[in-house]
Amino acid sequence: MNLIPFIRPRRLGKVNVPTVTLAHGGGGKAMKDLIDDVFVEAFDNAALAPLEDQARFDLAAIAAHGDRLAFTTDAFVVDPLIFPGGDIGKLAVCGTVNDLAVGGARPLYLSCAVIIEEGVTIELLRQIARSMASAAREAGVQIVTGDTKVVPKGACDKLFITTTGIGAIPEGRVLGAHLARPGDVVLVNGLLGDHGAAILGARGDMALDTAIESDCASLHGLIETLLAASPGARALRDPTRGGIATVLNEIAEASQAAIEIDETRTPIREDVKGFCEILGLDPLYLANEGKIVAVVPAEEADAALAAMQAHPLGRGAAAIGKVNVGEAGRVTMRTVFGGRRIVDMLVGEQLPRIC
Amino acid sequence: MCLGIPGLIVKVDDAAKKLATVDVSGVKRQVNIACIVDERHPVEACVGDWVLVHVGFAMSRIDEAQAAETLKVLTELGEAQAEIEAMRLSAVELGRVAS
Amino acid sequence: MKYIDEFRDREKAAVLVKEIEALVATMDVAKERPIHIMEVCGGHTHSIFRYGVEGMLPKEIELVHGPGCPVCVLPMGRVDDCVSIAERPEVIFTTFGDAMRVPGSKKSLMQARADGADIRMVYSPMDALAIARNHPDREVVFFGLGFETTMPSTALTVLEAEREGLTNFSVFCNHITIVPTLKAILDSPDLNLDGFLGPGHVSMVIGTAPYEFIARFYKKPMVVAGFEPLDVLQSIWMVLKQIKEGRADIENQYQRVVPDDGNAAALDAVARVYELREFFEWRGLGSIDHSGVKLREAYAGFDAERKFAIPNVKIADPKSCQCGEVLKGVIKPWQCKLFGKACTPETPLGALMVSSEGACAAYYQYGGLNSELEPA
Repeated sequence: MNLIPFIRPRRLGKVNVPTVTLAHGGGGKAMKDLIDDVFVEAFDNAALAPLEDQARFDLAAIAAHGDRLAFTTDAFVVDPLIFPGGDIGKLAVCGTVNDLAVGGARPLYLSCAVIIEEGVTIELLRQIARSMASAAREAGVQIVTGDTKVVPKGACDKLFITTTGIGAIPEGRVLGAHLARPGDVVLVNGLLGDHGAAILGARGDMALDTAIESDCASLHGLIETLLAASPGARALRDPTRGGIATVLNEIAEASQAAIEIDETRTPIREDVKGFCEILGLDPLYLANEGKIVAVVPAEEADAALAAMQAHPLGRGAAAIGKVNVGEAGRVTMRTVFGGRRIVDMLVGEQLPRIC
Repeated sequence: MCLGIPGLIVKVDDAAKKLATVDVSGVKRQVNIACIVDERHPVEACVGDWVLVHVGFAMSRIDEAQAAETLKVLTELGEAQAEIEAMRLSAVELGRVAS
Repeated sequence: MKYIDEFRDREKAAVLVKEIEALVATMDVAKERPIHIMEVCGGHTHSIFRYGVEGMLPKEIELVHGPGCPVCVLPMGRVDDCVSIAERPEVIFTTFGDAMRVPGSKKSLMQARADGADIRMVYSPMDALAIARNHPDREVVFFGLGFETTMPSTALTVLEAEREGLTNFSVFCNHITIVPTLKAILDSPDLNLDGFLGPGHVSMVIGTAPYEFIARFYKKPMVVAGFEPLDVLQSIWMVLKQIKEGRADIENQYQRVVPDDGNAAALDAVARVYELREFFEWRGLGSIDHSGVKLREAYAGFDAERKFAIPNVKIADPKSCQCGEVLKGVIKPWQCKLFGKACTPETPLGALMVSSEGACAAYYQYGGLNSELEPA
């Protein structure tokens, strides 16, 4: 990949205090030291190295990957910052990579803007930065530009991260929520609800002891495998907040079609089921960070499923439902019991029930 | 209030305070077992019991025999239905053969 | 999941549906007058909708969703009281999740939290007690909500607090009793009900004897029902059999959990800690005599109502609210003029839209499949 060459010698500063102070956001030497010591140190790549106000890329080199630019942004405010299966940093990288990948794009570069609450430890920041670097390496992307702000105690909840990503979509590849057609099959790549359950469990309010871990992962590789086996795939979405119920409703609405899923085919871990039973939650609405919902033409469904199942992130892939002729925008589920119910958009936040 | 869930008592945490750990499909939680212990069922003997848990309290011991009985009624109903259906079909068959 | 999956079995469901259809076919049910069975509990309502049970039944059976949802029937005035306690800077207000969204006259607990009150969701009153232990400098209040099912857990927590000598823990007691509620329904002149599915988990505490009056004086059958969809279907079948045979008995379908004489330890704790209030306010149903409990004088130190001055203002339900009629089975949720318009789960006006088990909320979220939404 060609860079417009402009190398400035990097003088890596060192942070020698244990916690972040307002000085670290002041724009002066303390901030430079923080950026160098924590972020540049971790992200360490040639595009970032010049530390200009912007990263610069040769357009032709990007165009080699496709004929359309994909561009997305996401803010991450998860609490707790570190949870079983990952942390806010990993989430921030995978989340944005996945938002590009579900559009069929090859993810290329990320930016990383952080807002840090005064008092957060440098050690924690380093841990998060390293986690981001590791996730970026695994996803084959680089974090090439960023911003750092420090706010007074109480002005934000420890750490907020915003990542923006660009990628390129190969010529001829067209995916969209509006493209689902009656007869299409709905697939997922594995167990649903793990991330949402892991976060709720990690918050500790309910004093539940579980081994459930977040499924946080970059799905670009899996998606390429899927699209190779199913070039006619219609739509891909990652069911994050609001779970698969929300994504299915979005697709049904955009396509003006009806979708019905089969509860006996929705793969959910036993302990996530138990977790949901205790709190009265519906796993269809729990967030996922390493899952896709894919709508593919019926004739490509078997191949798509097999391809996913052969991939490490798709072992538990399953066909969970179909797109039908029916009331436009309606999503229904054949329950395990044999009856049918509507799966609607979530209203408000899902609260644990006692009743 | 209704949301009660069956769980298995896997450990007694504090016999004096009547606290135990319950396992629901791999998810564990400490619960108060005051309502399900007495002279005939002391605290120490609780491990391995299935209980109905509601808001952190074990409120009832689940009676395995009763559960089986409830399901048996339905199984027998199903068998009876199948028999009646079989008889009906064979009667139809006979009718066809006869005519 | 043991004791759960077996009671969600599709094949047994099909068997029961067949039996119910056969039974109904022999019962000569008029088209304009279907069989009305009331399921009292919010948990039954939720199960019916979540599994699509109503759609599996023949149209001669209509399920009426009763008032057994303690969150739904919480009057606005009591929510205002909660908010006023929660807004005190020294208080940590702890509550079950479902109570967070109930609107008061100005705001819900959720909104109060957004405005800065320290309000925390707990799964169990024991967790509230733990918060009190860990914050000796703060006053921890637990919002005690629910029918007889949760009375023992709150009571046992108060007894434990007493044993430990805690002085910073109290309960804002809103526990209500099921029998006066059932009586109010049965006494209602618009009553249209042929049988009842009884509250499974209330019965786990109080047993089945308290319902005898329903069979003896009102001559209506009741089957105490479990909460899995198979329990609900089987209980409906048992009610139908009673109706067909002209019987009115109290039967127990949930025998694996409900002992006929209830739970002695639980009832004991309840008797020690609480006494009946003369009357208590219900959203949608008005004031019902002897329908609520409060902490006895001996436990005054744990009674938030005595510890904190509360507004205690009775706020009337919105005039156009038709919750009372829906609760009694006179009209269906979608026949209420406000349903889906001014009254939605995001902007609930009445009791039944407030909690996820309220009949209106359930219809809004899950339903509509079996009901052709006929206007009122």
